[in-house]
Amino acid sequence: MFASENREFFIDPGRCIGCQACVHACSECDTHRGHSMIHLEYIDRELTPQTVPVVCMHCDSPTCAEVCPADAIKRTADGVVQTARKPRCIACNNCVLACPFGVPKMKTEFELMMKCDMCYDRTSAGKKPMCATVCPSGALYFGTHEEVESLRKTATPVNQFHFGRQVINTKVHMMAPKARTPAYIDVAAALEEHPTGQDMFLNILTDF
Amino acid sequence: MAIEPGTIQETIHRFGPNRSYPSGARLDTTGEPDKLVKTHCCFCGQQCGIQLKVKDNAVVGFEPWEEFPFNKGMLCPKGIRRYLQGAHPDRLVTAYERDSAAPGGFRQLGYQAAIARVAGEIERIQTTHGRDAFALLSGASLTTEKTYLMGKFARMCLRTANIDYNGRLCMVSAGAGNKKSFGIDRSANPWSDIPLAEVIVIAGANVAECAPITTNYVWQAREQGAKVIVIDPRITPIARTCDLFLPVKPGRDAALFNGILHLMIEHDWLDHEFIEQHTVGFDKVAEHVKPWTPQRTAEVTGITERAIRQAAEMWGPAKTSFLLHARGIEHHSHGVQNVLGAINLVLASGRIGRAGCGYATITGQANGQGGREHGQKCDQLPGSRDIDNPEHRAHVAGVWGISPDELPGKGVDAYEIFRKIDRGEVRGLLSICFNPKVSLPDNNFIGRMLDKLDFYVAIDFFLNESARHADVVLPGSLQEEDEGLVTSAEGRVIKINKCIDPPGEARQDWRIIQDLARALGRERGFTFGGPREIFEELRRASAGGVADYAGITYDRVEREMGVFWPCPTEDHPGTPRLFEPGTWNPVANGSGPFYFADGKARFNVATYSPPAEDVDSEYPIMLTTGRVVSHFLSGTQTRRIGPLVDQYPEPRVELHPQLAAKLGIQDQDWTTVESRRGSCTVRAEVVKTIRPDTVFVPYHWSGLKSINQVTIAAQDPISKIPEYKICAVRVFKAAEAPEYARQLEPQQ
Repeated sequence: MFASENREFFIDPGRCIGCQACVHACSECDTHRGHSMIHLEYIDRELTPQTVPVVCMHCDSPTCAEVCPADAIKRTADGVVQTARKPRCIACNNCVLACPFGVPKMKTEFELMMKCDMCYDRTSAGKKPMCATVCPSGALYFGTHEEVESLRKTATPVNQFHFGRQVINTKVHMMAPKARTPAYIDVAAALEEHPTGQDMFLNILTDF
Repeated sequence: MAIEPGTIQETIHRFGPNRSYPSGARLDTTGEPDKLVKTHCCFCGQQCGIQLKVKDNAVVGFEPWEEFPFNKGMLCPKGIRRYLQGAHPDRLVTAYERDSAAPGGFRQLGYQAAIARVAGEIERIQTTHGRDAFALLSGASLTTEKTYLMGKFARMCLRTANIDYNGRLCMVSAGAGNKKSFGIDRSANPWSDIPLAEVIVIAGANVAECAPITTNYVWQAREQGAKVIVIDPRITPIARTCDLFLPVKPGRDAALFNGILHLMIEHDWLDHEFIEQHTVGFDKVAEHVKPWTPQRTAEVTGITERAIRQAAEMWGPAKTSFLLHARGIEHHSHGVQNVLGAINLVLASGRIGRAGCGYATITGQANGQGGREHGQKCDQLPGSRDIDNPEHRAHVAGVWGISPDELPGKGVDAYEIFRKIDRGEVRGLLSICFNPKVSLPDNNFIGRMLDKLDFYVAIDFFLNESARHADVVLPGSLQEEDEGLVTSAEGRVIKINKCIDPPGEARQDWRIIQDLARALGRERGFTFGGPREIFEELRRASAGGVADYAGITYDRVEREMGVFWPCPTEDHPGTPRLFEPGTWNPVANGSGPFYFADGKARFNVATYSPPAEDVDSEYPIMLTTGRVVSHFLSGTQTRRIGPLVDQYPEPRVELHPQLAAKLGIQDQDWTTVESRRGSCTVRAEVVKTIRPDTVFVPYHWSGLKSINQVTIAAQDPISKIPEYKICAVRVFKAAEAPEYARQLEPQQ
């Protein structure tokens, strides 16, 4: 099989069914029991049941760490951006406000920023992260690039994101439709444009 | 005995539903668990493999079981949080008897005294009013051993004809349709055939919420280029990205299937060789669908003609396919016709009995499959045998050591039992694993009937809403407190493993039943030492039947990670895929592969008829009901698990913005849904993902929050399944918030 160190995290919003298994599973994790680090949002429930799960994208140059005045956020050699270190974190919220993906959570009860550390306790022991293990739709997937290539024929992993002029490369990949794979995902542009994906029609015979 | 309104609050306070959250040992991450038990989830028919963490005789957490082949570690929210049902403050740890002076309306009773009282009441009722005056309602979340024991207890110990089960609300339309078409009631294929198919039809199945693990199988097919067609009045999460969405008007599925078959015939998208060699009855069905032109089909189903043609174009010429359906087409007063219509599409295509060519209904309950095979159904004996068939009676009577004449005949279905109570024909009732007060339609009637009984005993681990009406409550066991087999949606027989002992005076359900038999003085046949012994007898009782478990052993099930029935001998590998050319079965005697004497499948005319209650000017809107992902059935368990309640706390009515605008209703408004039977006031959820002529309310809640106050008790004439999926209602903005909003917590 594939060596665990070659395994990466892939998010495919096209598969997400909004069940929240990831949210529940995350809060069962031994390192932050009772607190889920996953964000799962409806895009616009009136229009569609579409949901998007977001875990920490684990940026190569993490904005959260760059803005931290206390130098509390570390990126380990394996590319994982860790939760703020308790003795250093001053609960200033800079990271929460600055993260372009909106990932860190301020836990005021602990005066600590907490975020997804890709289940460090599990991945360091050769297991998959909890969310990517339980996800029943495969929207959250942990495996090698080779596995993704053979299992996911309709999508391509992308790990560069543009927010205006800020360019971010991430350890976590977002799956984009293969037919129209962009070189990078322009997140800010999507705020202004109408979605270009497939529309779902109610094929009803007559107007009500 | 009627419940005083004042005591309901007290009853809820004392017995719940209250919510449990992780605390104590369940938050402690420092120590190691005593053991990790490989078992399966207690909820739906997928029966995902899971490992439960056990510490100090309590289930304190879970760990995914990635080696189990069906779900490979995947779980839905219910599976992840299922461990929170144990060590619950609401748990019944002693027997209770009704006492209006006691807090909550019940006082504790010693276990043996409770057994003696129940046996005395059964004896009195049966002596005074006849054996059939005592009825049993059982359930399909029980292990197969328990369901077998329930059937045997009814027929051999109580000798009453009146036993039925809650699979009556779940699987019976599919079962009846499957038997008529294939001669066997089981999904035809393992789920591993889904990703091999180039067209997937999902008819009336909210896969993402009711069978979440199936999602990945469908998506894997799509990755290989499969087209996905979804038939549903709502754009459910599985429909969101499908290739073709057919928003069928509730109750018109048979018409749609007939319309598609019409086009298959018109374009000659038929497997003539298969139809000729392996089926009978095609000509009659072809004649029947002639008038189902695209235009007429569109008019009846409310789907555009173009979309109907597209569906036929995708389905007709495909080389491989998998058709899945569930309660959406089955919960109808013509549910069997809908199922037959779906199967006709499969048979006409010839795409069955091969890799990537499949058909299945998605079983709802944990043991929805096994629980319908071994004799707790009113017309059935173990091995999926027929209680009216003299040979079948003789076989089972032989195993039980009684004369066939002693076996009662066919009883009535679960709903008819309540009509019998109304007529005074049934005077006493024992229920287990069934919460009819929440789950049956027109349930205000059900509540009145429970109160009308001379005596009602409920066996359960929580005091569910039906048990609040009981005279005696016996404390039963949770799934993790016993071992035994269940059969998953695929037809895979798997093993539930015991993690902990039942607390206090709670007992494993099979012990309770055997204790009753002993107290009745008829313990012969009810002296099993445990589920393993019950299963050994079940193997013999099922041998030679269609649902043949004779070759299945506990050891094999664990070693092979499940064995697919039929499995007639210990050296038989089991049957993951039915109907493969040349496969033998006991009915066809070598001429197979279908389970009729000539080995051929049957085309059956699927007659369309409108719903029992169509809309009119007084009640102009269609109501359809179903489930949400974080709750299960009547909510006895999931409404007690805090994080699942938080995900979807209370029922809401989904309606389209066009309808909402017409009715002057805005998102979150308190809204009343009212039928000729009752009304229910819940908050509105305005969404474009539902037909504008239809509203949807999930059914997991009780009392004034129960949409089954509104649904209709019309039933399919063949399967007797109730018509949960369509009745006529009117919908209006409520003048004010309902009283319950101030008095009750969301889950209560």
